[in-house]
Amino acid sequence: MLRHLRLLAVQFRASLQTSMQYRAEFLVQGAMSFFWMAWAVVPLLVVFGKRERVAGWDFDHSLVVLGWFLAMKGVLEGAVNPSLASVVEHIRKGTLDFVLLKPADAQFLVSTAKFAPWHVVDLAAGAGVIAWAFSRMGTVPGPAEVAAALLLTTCAVAVLYSLWILVVSAAFFVVKVDNLSFLFLSIFDAARWPVSVFTGFWRVLFTVVIPLALMTTFPAEALLGRIHGTALVAAVAGSLAFVACARWMWLRAIARYTSASS
Amino acid sequence: MIRTLRASPTLLRVGFSEAVAYRAEFLVWLLSTNMPLVMLALWSAVARDGPVGRFTQADFAAYYLAALVVRLMTGAWVVWEMNFEIRQGTLAFRLLRPVHPLVAYAAENVAAMPVRLAVSLPVALVALWVLGGKHVTHDPVLLLLFPVTVFSAWLITYLAMAAVGCLAFWFESATSLFDVWLGLFGIFSGYLVPLELYPRWVNEVSYFLPFRYMLAFPVELVTGGLTRSQALVQLAAQQGFVLLLLGVAVGMWRLGTRRFSATGG
Repeated sequence: MLRHLRLLAVQFRASLQTSMQYRAEFLVQGAMSFFWMAWAVVPLLVVFGKRERVAGWDFDHSLVVLGWFLAMKGVLEGAVNPSLASVVEHIRKGTLDFVLLKPADAQFLVSTAKFAPWHVVDLAAGAGVIAWAFSRMGTVPGPAEVAAALLLTTCAVAVLYSLWILVVSAAFFVVKVDNLSFLFLSIFDAARWPVSVFTGFWRVLFTVVIPLALMTTFPAEALLGRIHGTALVAAVAGSLAFVACARWMWLRAIARYTSASS
Repeated sequence: MIRTLRASPTLLRVGFSEAVAYRAEFLVWLLSTNMPLVMLALWSAVARDGPVGRFTQADFAAYYLAALVVRLMTGAWVVWEMNFEIRQGTLAFRLLRPVHPLVAYAAENVAAMPVRLAVSLPVALVALWVLGGKHVTHDPVLLLLFPVTVFSAWLITYLAMAAVGCLAFWFESATSLFDVWLGLFGIFSGYLVPLELYPRWVNEVSYFLPFRYMLAFPVELVTGGLTRSQALVQLAAQQGFVLLLLGVAVGMWRLGTRRFSATGG
């Protein structure tokens, strides 16, 4: 455990040093982050300009969901996406051998290989939107709510990561998956809306198949103190199952790996 | 010019076979155009207890399905391709051919249209079947104009992408600038939200930007939101933007290729 933490620190430092070379990128990233934050609020303003409440959500509560969406997107693009994009490259070129030879767990190594630290701006943007929502409501979340929200956020990050691992595992079978990640990003975009505005097919898709609900709506509900205890337990159990499933798929996929040159 | 015309059947055939050869990827690309469906689900929830502006649930369905069809038909990817080829230097191969690269890129994009049509036709038919003919314009002139407006919308999309792609001659990455373009497109083209539902000034500004003519114009035309005279005025504006962007794209290409030097192969 300690060894893995040390490895994580090393990998992270390497990423940080690489990105320190591109300091202008920080400004671009920051500007883009603000642009997308404003952009994301626009449809929300239009919808809630027409209606007070939609499917039991008012503007302030939806804003909390949106904040979570921005932050999770930052996590996805800053911590999950870059490393896993590089695994796909490794698989395509056959250089994954070098990773597999190293004396540490391959999944751990590939998924910490690369970070894009500048996306920390997105986290700040998300937190800013959430703070704005709470200041509009004039309330402050209690410690129990914060704890529940943090627990669910951990689950959300774990599920997001596991989904990505599943996509990468698919790369061992079909190789060309950069498209698949593009598709996932486009679907992830729906997470900016509280899941209860969707009905029928979409509701099932976003709750069970691709658990977007768990990533943004549930943590927001927890912070707002409107989540049920059963939903909390189900979310934790569900995400544990998801992580286990992803690990199993990864092990199966890696067993199939034959180097490109052989 | 004549040389280009003679080469175009072959260029189109090559592009078409590429689209068919990479059909799995192509399908994934098409599937990632799912935003109109998500927005449709959202607005249906909003309009469940009464219309929003003049939009009932059925109007939203007609609008977003038409938007999906137009978006599917007007897709282009030249900005990423140019960015990549300029970075890698493989643009040199294109420059050697006796066909203008902008035409060659365009041919590749146009050639994928039959495949796009094969995907968007079912969407259009489902829309017609579910909603009935009530939400499609009955004016034969406007119906005939629709394909013209869609093709012009594609031209605007393509030329704007080519112009932004040319920036890769000067800057490290033209694609992050293109993200801004895409963001503005989302708002001012009516892709996210029908333009009528925005505050009035957004709608008015949108007449002077190219984005409306890339999506909202064909969509409003086919769903019966425009009279003939309104349609003709917007058509004129659309053609104006096509010409303007053609000038910009060709001009930037000329300036850019002067700077271009490939290293390695």
